[in-house]
Amino acid sequence: MSLDLKVDGQSEDRAEGYAQGILGTPMDRPDGEAKVTGAATYAADEVPEGCLVGMLVRAPGHGRIEVLNLDEVRNSDGVRAVIRDPRMIRNAAQGTANQAPVQGVDKADYIGQPVALVVAESFETARHAAHSLKLRTDGSPGIVNPEDAEPEGEPDTTTGDLDGAMSSAAHSVDVIYTTASSVSAAMEPHATLAWWDGDRLTVRSALQMLKYNRNELADSLEIDPENVRLLAPFVGGGFGSKLGISADAVAAAIAAKELGRPVQVVQHRRQVFETVTRRSETRQRIRLAADAEGRLSGIGHESLVSNLPGEGFAEPVAQATHFAYGGAHRVIGERLARLNRPAAGSVRAPGEAVGVTAFECAMDELASDVGIDPVELRLRNIPDKDPESGIPFSSHMLERSLREGAERFGWAARDVAPRARREGEWWIGTGMAAAFRVNLMMEAEARIALSPEGAVVETDMTDIGTGTYAILTQIAGEALGLPADRVEVRLGDTTFPPGSGSGGSFGAATTGNAVWLAAQEIRQAIAQRMNCDEADLTLKDGTAICGNESRPIAELLDGGSLNGHGHVTAGDAFSDVRQSTFGAHFAEVAVNDVTGEVRVRRMQGTFACGRILNEKTARSQCHGGMTWGIGMALTEGLTHDRRDGHIVNRDFAEYHMAVNADVPPLDVHLLEERDPWSGPLQAKGLGELGICGAGAAVLNAVHHACGVRVRDMPATPDRVLAGLE
Amino acid sequence: MKITLTINKHAQTVDVDPRVSLLDALRGELGLTGSKKGCDHGQCGACTVLVNGRRINSCLSLAVMHDGDEVTTVEGLANGELSPLQAAFVEHDGFQCGFCTPGQLCSATGMLGELEDGWPSHASDSLEGGYELTEEELSERMSGNLCRCSCYPGINAAIRQAAEKDGAA
Repeated sequence: MSLDLKVDGQSEDRAEGYAQGILGTPMDRPDGEAKVTGAATYAADEVPEGCLVGMLVRAPGHGRIEVLNLDEVRNSDGVRAVIRDPRMIRNAAQGTANQAPVQGVDKADYIGQPVALVVAESFETARHAAHSLKLRTDGSPGIVNPEDAEPEGEPDTTTGDLDGAMSSAAHSVDVIYTTASSVSAAMEPHATLAWWDGDRLTVRSALQMLKYNRNELADSLEIDPENVRLLAPFVGGGFGSKLGISADAVAAAIAAKELGRPVQVVQHRRQVFETVTRRSETRQRIRLAADAEGRLSGIGHESLVSNLPGEGFAEPVAQATHFAYGGAHRVIGERLARLNRPAAGSVRAPGEAVGVTAFECAMDELASDVGIDPVELRLRNIPDKDPESGIPFSSHMLERSLREGAERFGWAARDVAPRARREGEWWIGTGMAAAFRVNLMMEAEARIALSPEGAVVETDMTDIGTGTYAILTQIAGEALGLPADRVEVRLGDTTFPPGSGSGGSFGAATTGNAVWLAAQEIRQAIAQRMNCDEADLTLKDGTAICGNESRPIAELLDGGSLNGHGHVTAGDAFSDVRQSTFGAHFAEVAVNDVTGEVRVRRMQGTFACGRILNEKTARSQCHGGMTWGIGMALTEGLTHDRRDGHIVNRDFAEYHMAVNADVPPLDVHLLEERDPWSGPLQAKGLGELGICGAGAAVLNAVHHACGVRVRDMPATPDRVLAGLE
Repeated sequence: MKITLTINKHAQTVDVDPRVSLLDALRGELGLTGSKKGCDHGQCGACTVLVNGRRINSCLSLAVMHDGDEVTTVEGLANGELSPLQAAFVEHDGFQCGFCTPGQLCSATGMLGELEDGWPSHASDSLEGGYELTEEELSERMSGNLCRCSCYPGINAAIRQAAEKDGAA
């Protein structure tokens, strides 16, 4: 049996009337103890007896790869194989690809591409042998810079006459912003352990979306997906980089088959930078036309992004621009340059992370031009329905986010003019931005077995740090009337029902609703045994209550168990109304007048994402997003060599993420909200909203502090200083 | 080469290739996979362990350099029950994915010792010692441990709580 739901319309909020009282609470993670004792096992943490170690070898140039000393390395001490199999993959698969990515390692399309796997008895031997391999390439880099490419893309979305609106506008902004190529940089490098039992392959790997990953791996190896089992009980961060299978998985599986032993392949950090998809750099032309009061009459958002030939992903820069603000005259378009740089793909909040950030900087420029408060400018331009399709919003929380965020931040006390506050060498300023992120739902299944001991929840969903173990415990416990310690959640195993996987902020709401439905099925069975209507059933602390009758659930089970299966899919509710999450960012910065250094002093983020499933893990997610915004605004960026496109700064010493000392006190305010269109839990995604626009609040604060508009991110000291002179 | 290490209070003898890092010896030869390899270049801090009470990046040190040393890894921090620092990390959500956490915990333990012993940091006003666990000192001293989930608010709150319980701050 299964309870299936296609989310076509609004759902009733059943959880509100439930009695357990754990849903939404700031409960500690049930996996916390394993994580603070070192007991949590990630992809590279279980090594069976007799396991061989594989090292991927990177291409030093473009074109055909010739190995000059193949036999010498192959026959060296401790080396078991040098594998160059046509099934090996060029780069990680795109999210939800569900099939093999581009395969083949006989030629390299970008510098750093895997071109061989050296397998040896030990890590040290494998590493040495991999370094000893002499490679020759014969190709030229081809096109590696966006401005040199003939871009491709769909025609623009055009409404009205933007050129006319711009020329007749009382105030207008026509600016170009750029954001740097960047990476997810999850702390766990991509790693795989593979072993075969006859035709059956088992793989422990660092992955976000197992049901798709299984098909990607099976397709790469040309085997039946039924013969592939993936395990990923703990994943050391993803942020998009583990949406699709990566080179280690396919290479390890091929080697394990060929050598008849388990093989572990862990990517070196520098390989992760190159072989796993990056976020494309963007060039964004933003045009805003407004009347004397700042009401928008026109919006233009045209972007240029890049990817490798053959990759089906283009950073959807203007995804939120379609619905963020009103304005009758609109041009929204995107072009893609095909470059021989490492492949681009999804990195936390693809689209909005860079698109909303640049757009919200341009909005700040408009506010300056109109001469009104930037919060007020946003308030004046909130649309009452989707400005392009005309459909209603499922809920719209921007105004509340702006007002409550401004209140908590103390925005009203702000000096209006820039360059008004100085402390020694430092200019002090504040800035703000709105946050938008589309709300998505995928398909998910989950099952629950209720026994006298408690409930066991199973789905192949992953917890990449997002708190899946916690929230699924709370959802099942709330619906079944069980305290958290009587719910066990098992994740990351493809023998379990397929969840949504983690990505696009849809994991919690999608898989959470599947667990919710599985629990509803069990509730119905309990109600039947209680001879009452399910709607009248109360479950709390292992007891079923109906009217005057109260019985322990264990007694109702009569020594057996009850099973529930839930299955949820997105329906018309995701096309009949516009679903989005909203928020507001505020930041205070200090800009050094002598060095151009920017220090963020404090940040405030107010976010509305439907029901909050766990207040503690939700807050942590928001901290993460806001911190990524600091990095995007000030320090993070891949530098591609202009001659050959290779990543110059492919490690943590040269690629600068925000560290502890860069992160000021972060005030996170979660707005209490229910969105009935988002499914029975009335929850929406929140893992990505925190980054959308956060960097704009920082850059707008930089302008307010010192009067410098930095339109090329990151705003490194040299760029700030250039404006200060 | 044969070396003897006292790991989490137990003496253990291992025979290692001289190229093996302390991190790889712990993870591979000794099966203590709590310590993590995030970069193998001393840039992320996930491999931080305590050697003779001081924190080091175990990926930057060869195992054979540590014959006779006392090593504490994340597996040795709990003593039957979670240490106050470990418990505080859980309470304050000082992690999300948990991959950097073993390094953060060992680093924080070592850091509090350094503070107590009067070791200055970049955030210190003087070189004379007597340092307080201010926000600046705490975040500066913990900046060698990257957390891409960016749980710095939780990490710092947890360290502060554990330090206050311990009377160190």
